[in-house]
Amino acid sequence: MYFDLTDEQRAIKATAHDFLASRFKSARLREIAASDDGTDPAGWKEMADLGWAGLALPEEWGGQGLGIVDLAVLFEEMGYALAPSPLLSNTVAGLALSLCGSDDLRERYLRPLASGEKRGTPALWDAGSPATIGEFTLEARADGDGVVLDGEKVLVPDAAGADFFLVASGDGRRHVVDCDADGVTVTPETAIDPTRRFSSVRLDGVRVAAADSLPGAGPDYYPVFHRICVAIAAESTGIAQRTLEMAVEYAKDRQQFGRPIGAYQAVSHRCAQMLLETENARSAVYGAAWAADAEPESLPLAASMAKAYASDAGWRVPDASIQVHGGIGFTWEHDLHFFLKRGRSNAALFGDSKWHRERVADAVLG
Amino acid sequence: MDLTLSPSEEEFRDEVRTWIEENNPGPEPEGSLDEVMSFRREWQLKLHAAGWAGISWPKEFGGRGATMIEQAIFVGEAARQEAPSPANVLGLAMGGPVVIAHGTDEQKQRYLEPILTGEEIWCQGFSEPESGSDLASLKTRAVKDGDEWVVTGQKVWTTFAQYAKWCMLVARTDPDAPKHQGLTYFLMDMEQEGVEAKPLVQITGEGEFNEVFMEEARIPEANVVGEVGNGWSVAITTLMNERAGLAFGAIAQIQNSLGRLAKLAKEVRVNGGSAADDTYYRQRIAQLHIEAETMRLNAYRGLTKTMQSGIPGPEGSLGKWQWADINQGLTELALEIEGAYAPLARGSEHAVANGAWQYGFLRSRANSIEGGTTDILKNIIAERVLGLPRLR
Repeated sequence: MYFDLTDEQRAIKATAHDFLASRFKSARLREIAASDDGTDPAGWKEMADLGWAGLALPEEWGGQGLGIVDLAVLFEEMGYALAPSPLLSNTVAGLALSLCGSDDLRERYLRPLASGEKRGTPALWDAGSPATIGEFTLEARADGDGVVLDGEKVLVPDAAGADFFLVASGDGRRHVVDCDADGVTVTPETAIDPTRRFSSVRLDGVRVAAADSLPGAGPDYYPVFHRICVAIAAESTGIAQRTLEMAVEYAKDRQQFGRPIGAYQAVSHRCAQMLLETENARSAVYGAAWAADAEPESLPLAASMAKAYASDAGWRVPDASIQVHGGIGFTWEHDLHFFLKRGRSNAALFGDSKWHRERVADAVLG
Repeated sequence: MDLTLSPSEEEFRDEVRTWIEENNPGPEPEGSLDEVMSFRREWQLKLHAAGWAGISWPKEFGGRGATMIEQAIFVGEAARQEAPSPANVLGLAMGGPVVIAHGTDEQKQRYLEPILTGEEIWCQGFSEPESGSDLASLKTRAVKDGDEWVVTGQKVWTTFAQYAKWCMLVARTDPDAPKHQGLTYFLMDMEQEGVEAKPLVQITGEGEFNEVFMEEARIPEANVVGEVGNGWSVAITTLMNERAGLAFGAIAQIQNSLGRLAKLAKEVRVNGGSAADDTYYRQRIAQLHIEAETMRLNAYRGLTKTMQSGIPGPEGSLGKWQWADINQGLTELALEIEGAYAPLARGSEHAVANGAWQYGFLRSRANSIEGGTTDILKNIIAERVLGLPRLR
């Protein structure tokens, strides 16, 4: 029994922390947030050079061969820094190819993805659908030995600058579609979070060769999904940690009625509540990350618990931090709103807390 | 990171599991507190004979010298199998460890063995009517008279004082010193003329707690623990002992309650189905499971930190608060599921689950008060973990 990071994991954490703190100071974050497409190719190149694009991918395919605990460590720091980066979407694509791809696809797409040479992103949810987890409607019509895709995907993350999409079809399969393939139209969405962009992607008669469709379908993707839930939950935990620290610093500094406001229990108890939610989220995340690496049979429940808890904490803690800051916390000038927006956006991605609680209920009530 | 038990820990767990399975006397009698106490005395004798009383105590003092993980395993397993509590809970968890840490050789010789056997029950005389959360403001006076101390004052919330032989008493020996420095820690004989214990009737109708009145009670000099004037720091050790290890018992107890809650939800009819099919109840039950799991994992993290550095991390201070929240939330939800039947208590023919949840609902009101209120815990977390300024 040892529930803490190893020295190696602490080293990953320290490296990530220092790198991200130096690259994503407020001014730079705001530059990226205000840019047209929200991309930061130089920053992504540096992350790829650090091995992050393939952190939890097999060494055999050019990854670092590390585990989901290590991935969670990295994502917690990504959230702490609120780094605008395609790391999440690229990790989804990487894990899907790694766990469900053919060797041919791994050679052509996973290897360059792991090195940062090519970037992938998932195109899962269908426009106009309720975006239920695991249910897709996009049509994959048989065409010779391949398929033709027709439909529109929404909530596709980091599409600008991506090289390929992993498109889910109604039969539960995934297809690799190059972003510049004929019939693909990418339209940026307007989203609350300017540091993680979403687009809609129209596919009009896009032909996919047989070799570009992944062999797995449906439940084969659950292990990818559960690992990604852990990664997002880790990012939300980092968001909670950072905004808790911001609230505590402010409450020590800001004076009203002749005292620092943190001396008042209305404020200090709010901060204690933020700590509780942050630590609970962290425990749930690392418990699930450990399960992914060491006890995969308990991953589905643990991942749903982590995602449900961190989905809530990931926006409630920044929200409480805004309240501690008072009026200044509501201004665009203060960075807090970016954290609230990312946290709320994360809460909705890959199953919201209600959806994941229902999975927990399935496990405990049937 | 490794959330599994080592082979030797698994072996220990299996040993504990088997022993409790074979020796657990089952649920406590539903009669008077006297009957419950004699049931618990018998259980403690059994525990002691098999070497399970004082498992955290060093071997030289009659304990088992178990590691923190082994303690956690034992407490968790006993709670999981719903074994009774030993009669001398406070002596085992607080009295013994304090005597071991601060007592003289004579005190160790005199007090430890009867704590382990349960022959002498201990109680704790800290809180007073005017000194609850602000414990250090306590007013019970002890005045030196020859080689004795003479004690006058009142204590309250004294669990099992009516059965106790010894009271861990904190009294003011120097009224002129700053409030934390004028206190001394005594072992007071409860069986004397100047001491009277009166049960306080709780909102459940039971009387676990007492008021203790001291009118010129006598304590020999030899019964000071630590130094005169050092009572605050000795008392703090006691309180820390109270919290250590409890988490794992509390977690197992919550898991048992969650199992009963699921059973209740499946039995109660709601909108043509069972409450377990109802989205609203499913969501709330799931949330309680998630919170119980975070509490369990926090306790593991705290245990790892304590084993490494001797000091629990910030998550260690959260457990008692979480426990109170979850336990209250559980019983509140159970009554909500019972709906119109919620008012019916044990003794009523139509009470759901023989009124167990009504009792639990009422008893759990104390969870956020006993052993440090949730409000005070939030102050402690704000000041000591987050470093926020003190109000005072």
